[in-house]
Amino acid sequence: MKFTLSWLKDHLETDASLDEITDALTALGLELEEVHDPAKDLEAFTVGYVVEAKQHPNADRLRVCIVDTGKEKIQVVCGAPNARTGMKGVFAPAGTHIPGTGVDLKKGVIRGEESNGMLCSEREMGLSDAHEGIIDLPEDAPVGEPFARFMGLDDPVIDIAITPNRGDCLGVRGVARDLAAAGIGKLKPFKAAEKIEGTFKSPVQWQRDFPKGAEDACPMVVGRTFRGLENGPSPDWMQRRLLAIGLRPISTLVDITNYVTFDLGRPLHVFDAQKLEGRELTMRLARAGEKIMALDGKEYELEDGMTCIADGKGLHGIAGVMGGEESGCTGDTTEMFLEVALFDPIRTAATGRRLGIESDARYRFERTVDPASTLWGAEVAARLVLEICGGEASELSIAGEMPDTDKKVTLRPDRVKTLGGVDMDVEGQRRILEALGFAIDTTEGQIVATTPSWRPDIDGEACLVEEILRVNGFDNIPVVPLDRDSALPEQILTVGQRREGFARKVLAGRSMMEAVTWSFMHDEQAKLFGSVPDSLRLDNPISADLSVMRPSILPNLLAAAGRNADRGYGDAGLFEVGPAWRDDTPEGEDVLAAGVRTGRSGPRHWAETPRSVDAFDAKADAMAVLAACGAPVDNLQVSRDAPAWYHPGRSGALRLGPNVLAWFGEIHPRVLKAMDVKGPAAGFEIFIHKVPQPRAKGGKTRPLLRPSPFQPLGRDFAFVVDAEVPADSLIRAARGADKSLIADVRLFDVYEGEGVGEGRKSVAIAVTLQPTERTLTDEDIEKVSAAIVAAVAKQTGGTLRG
Amino acid sequence: MDDLNALREELLAAVESADSAEALEELRVSALGKKGRITGLMKTLGQLSPEERRKNGQALNAVKDAVAAAMEARKSALENAELEGQLAAETVDVTLPVRPEAEGRLHPISQTLDEIIAILGEMGFSIAEGPDIEDDFHNFTALNIPPEHPARQMHDTFYLPEKQDGSRMLLRTHTSPVQIRAMQAATAKKDESGIPLRIIAPGRTYRCDSDMTHTPMFHQVEGLIVDRTGRIHMGHLKGCLIEFVRAYFEVADVPVRFRPSYFPFTEPSAEMDIGCTRKGGELKIGAGDDWLEILGCGMVNPKVLAACGIDPAEYQGFAFGMGIERLAMLKYGIPDLRTFFDADLRWLKHYGFLPLEVPTLFRGLTP
Repeated sequence: MKFTLSWLKDHLETDASLDEITDALTALGLELEEVHDPAKDLEAFTVGYVVEAKQHPNADRLRVCIVDTGKEKIQVVCGAPNARTGMKGVFAPAGTHIPGTGVDLKKGVIRGEESNGMLCSEREMGLSDAHEGIIDLPEDAPVGEPFARFMGLDDPVIDIAITPNRGDCLGVRGVARDLAAAGIGKLKPFKAAEKIEGTFKSPVQWQRDFPKGAEDACPMVVGRTFRGLENGPSPDWMQRRLLAIGLRPISTLVDITNYVTFDLGRPLHVFDAQKLEGRELTMRLARAGEKIMALDGKEYELEDGMTCIADGKGLHGIAGVMGGEESGCTGDTTEMFLEVALFDPIRTAATGRRLGIESDARYRFERTVDPASTLWGAEVAARLVLEICGGEASELSIAGEMPDTDKKVTLRPDRVKTLGGVDMDVEGQRRILEALGFAIDTTEGQIVATTPSWRPDIDGEACLVEEILRVNGFDNIPVVPLDRDSALPEQILTVGQRREGFARKVLAGRSMMEAVTWSFMHDEQAKLFGSVPDSLRLDNPISADLSVMRPSILPNLLAAAGRNADRGYGDAGLFEVGPAWRDDTPEGEDVLAAGVRTGRSGPRHWAETPRSVDAFDAKADAMAVLAACGAPVDNLQVSRDAPAWYHPGRSGALRLGPNVLAWFGEIHPRVLKAMDVKGPAAGFEIFIHKVPQPRAKGGKTRPLLRPSPFQPLGRDFAFVVDAEVPADSLIRAARGADKSLIADVRLFDVYEGEGVGEGRKSVAIAVTLQPTERTLTDEDIEKVSAAIVAAVAKQTGGTLRG
Repeated sequence: MDDLNALREELLAAVESADSAEALEELRVSALGKKGRITGLMKTLGQLSPEERRKNGQALNAVKDAVAAAMEARKSALENAELEGQLAAETVDVTLPVRPEAEGRLHPISQTLDEIIAILGEMGFSIAEGPDIEDDFHNFTALNIPPEHPARQMHDTFYLPEKQDGSRMLLRTHTSPVQIRAMQAATAKKDESGIPLRIIAPGRTYRCDSDMTHTPMFHQVEGLIVDRTGRIHMGHLKGCLIEFVRAYFEVADVPVRFRPSYFPFTEPSAEMDIGCTRKGGELKIGAGDDWLEILGCGMVNPKVLAACGIDPAEYQGFAFGMGIERLAMLKYGIPDLRTFFDADLRWLKHYGFLPLEVPTLFRGLTP
């Protein structure tokens, strides 16, 4: 919402400085966006007198002018056809920044004649598009005076942000009222609304024609006819204000509608009465397919239920949004019919949105316009029309009724303290509310506030507290430290949230980079990672490649690794802890930790040779995270049933019985190819929330440590088993042979080939024996060795390698 | 006696000139071994008179000890020399680079969130969560944003397909629906133990918007306190948030400003600004003549409490919400929002954090 300082002062009597005003606006919740002082841009431009303008000796189209700047006489070469001796124009000395061209003016010699400045056109000044000639100022313009001051352009433009609940501040008067309530001056009386008697009956009358239930589309419309008008350009003062807020002056009648819209927040529309058919103009619902050429020069096709304005022949307006071009007022208009209507905010918003029309009227109607203005708007408009265009005004034509806006809201005065934290007596509260236009009745210690018609947003006690706090200033709310012990938290983080943190720290500690990628992804790529139900396809994706909720985090990480490879960083380790979806229910959202490694295990190095990343990198990552999350990693089973996006022979699942805790493995080459990512790549997906919850109670103490006084000793075994036998089962068999003595079993070699036979492999393990009661005798060792060999033979069919 | 002195001098000289462990051992055998010269002399002592035996014995023992000590000293000198020689041969170029080390980093969003949790956790907030795919009730209606409310337009909502009953799920446009879920869960507890309620809800949020300063996905943290009427008012809201921004930005005297604003789910509503300076394109948080919007907040609208089954006559509270990326950008000088989601390794390494940098209020929030 833009307005100028002088415009504000039309409604507000104040001595406050510009800074005081703008600070108060922000403190009121009418946040200052910008103050622009056009005089500052035009500082260097002054009124100059052309002492002499003569033909340039070497150029037909140029003149050599001597300009009196008030300080000195300066020679300027000028190309404007209207430059002549004795005129007054706008002079800019060399060095001036010319806003219209964006260039700094330089001294120069043009075709042999010195030029030390410039006489400016409106376009060069950035004032308009006019550039047929230089600005021709009136004879009485004082030479040497700043042009901006002479033209009244030294009026600062204030731009404020209006929150959607404050439709009343979409007019300068509403802003002035808030400022006055806050003590920045006094709101001037609203004289413009005084009634103007009509001198004849309006030949055009308003009608409303709505089906039952839709009457609220336009509860009331007021109009009147004007005749004998002269619709020329609007007066300078009005044009200056409209230009200052970025509106283009068109003609007096149109400018008046714009002016009242911004001055009082009251949108109007004017029809050329001679272009209307019949004696009635009707507010009604449109029928699908009805078309209208609107004032923006575009044709719109309306839908069923949109509100429109029609005569016997066709449509003349889209209610609350935009008028029709056909019946619009032009310079030739002598007879005008005025529309001051009240439209339903919701319907207006919906229509504007469907048709894609943004207009100052729509903006106001969808934030609600003061219903009372429907009547006084017709008087305000009439006063301006008659003053500027002459002619006479008819009596009012009124259809519908003003809705009842009286609303009583009760405020218990102690709520300003108990909700707002501010000590204020009833009198102080009453004063603020009355300044805002509330009618106050205090009975039995309560404030009963009748809301003014322009504040439909007020609908409860808390709103009144807010009004009082706002006008009193949020700065004046005393700061109270938060009482820490009023709610002792049981635990800040749940087990699951702690696990997500552990997963991040573990993976970053294992040289991976944490990424955060979109929750949505490309449909085609998603298909590579399981099926996506229709319920997870976005209706309105931001782009085609972000159209479904991701079924897995891996594809985004793989794509990111691919992008990094394209930048020359092919060895990537990326992980993300975040959601993936199975369906659209809260239970269908899994938070998991996923990661990929691509390329080689590290850079080339003098002491270590890097290798390609493989399934065991991913398995190690997954196990490290599971360990940190409290999973019993030694007891996890490894199965071969990872999903289809993994390499079928180089992937697996880590499980506790039927419960899959993680998938890991090399990524399927077909997936890499489809995603255009260069391998090798290994990845994992960890369902951190599926790790069993720790026991709630009694689990904090740890079993007592009983270090054995006896030396552990190691024995190595090599078994030959079928190549198909999983190493894991052999380790488990050995470990289970004597649980009291066997402390650890480590696999240190796997060999296939010569000496072990076709389809067979040799698996070597190191077993650590830890006696707890006495030093082991040779006999003891023999016994446990035999038990290990027997257990391995029984469970895997393995035999000791000879 | 002169003989003994001569023997002593001779043996000590021999020890000194022994140039290897072997030569030294040979010398030891020849002097102190079973058939050694000193051992031989020891054996002759028995033939002497007791008085002479004592005198000569003492002298002889002194020689023996001196020679043995000299041998020991020579032995360790020889060993040292040998070790030094060996070590000299083992010299490596210590300027060679070390073996590749882990270079992992945490994303700035994670770190910033951990910092926020450290501060607000200390104030008694615990973390609540809700789904990213929300229904209309939790995201809008319960938050006092009815279907045709103009605020819905400001939200640019992503929708999922319409269901048979005409309803549509959506991607939550803010973390505020978690407020609703937390309040509903609190009122579901029969013994009223759910209130007072003090939660924060961090998470992903979505808006159908993408340009220089908007991404279709971003992160917010929501805060909510509900307590008995009178125990929590606007003054506490200010106290809590002022303490938060001071702790977060680690600027003890950062100026703050609360401006009236509008959110359908709070009443009164405010936006909080912090003081800053902008010079030559560089932003500095702290004293200055400029203001920077940092978060939105307000007292929970009574209609929102009622929608969650909480009696607004008895309970009230405040809520606030802020953007995590924005807080990270401001504190760590990250210029472009869109880079957060690009997973560029160079960016992650530059703006990321070491996993051991655990923020706490007592040990320091920031590395």
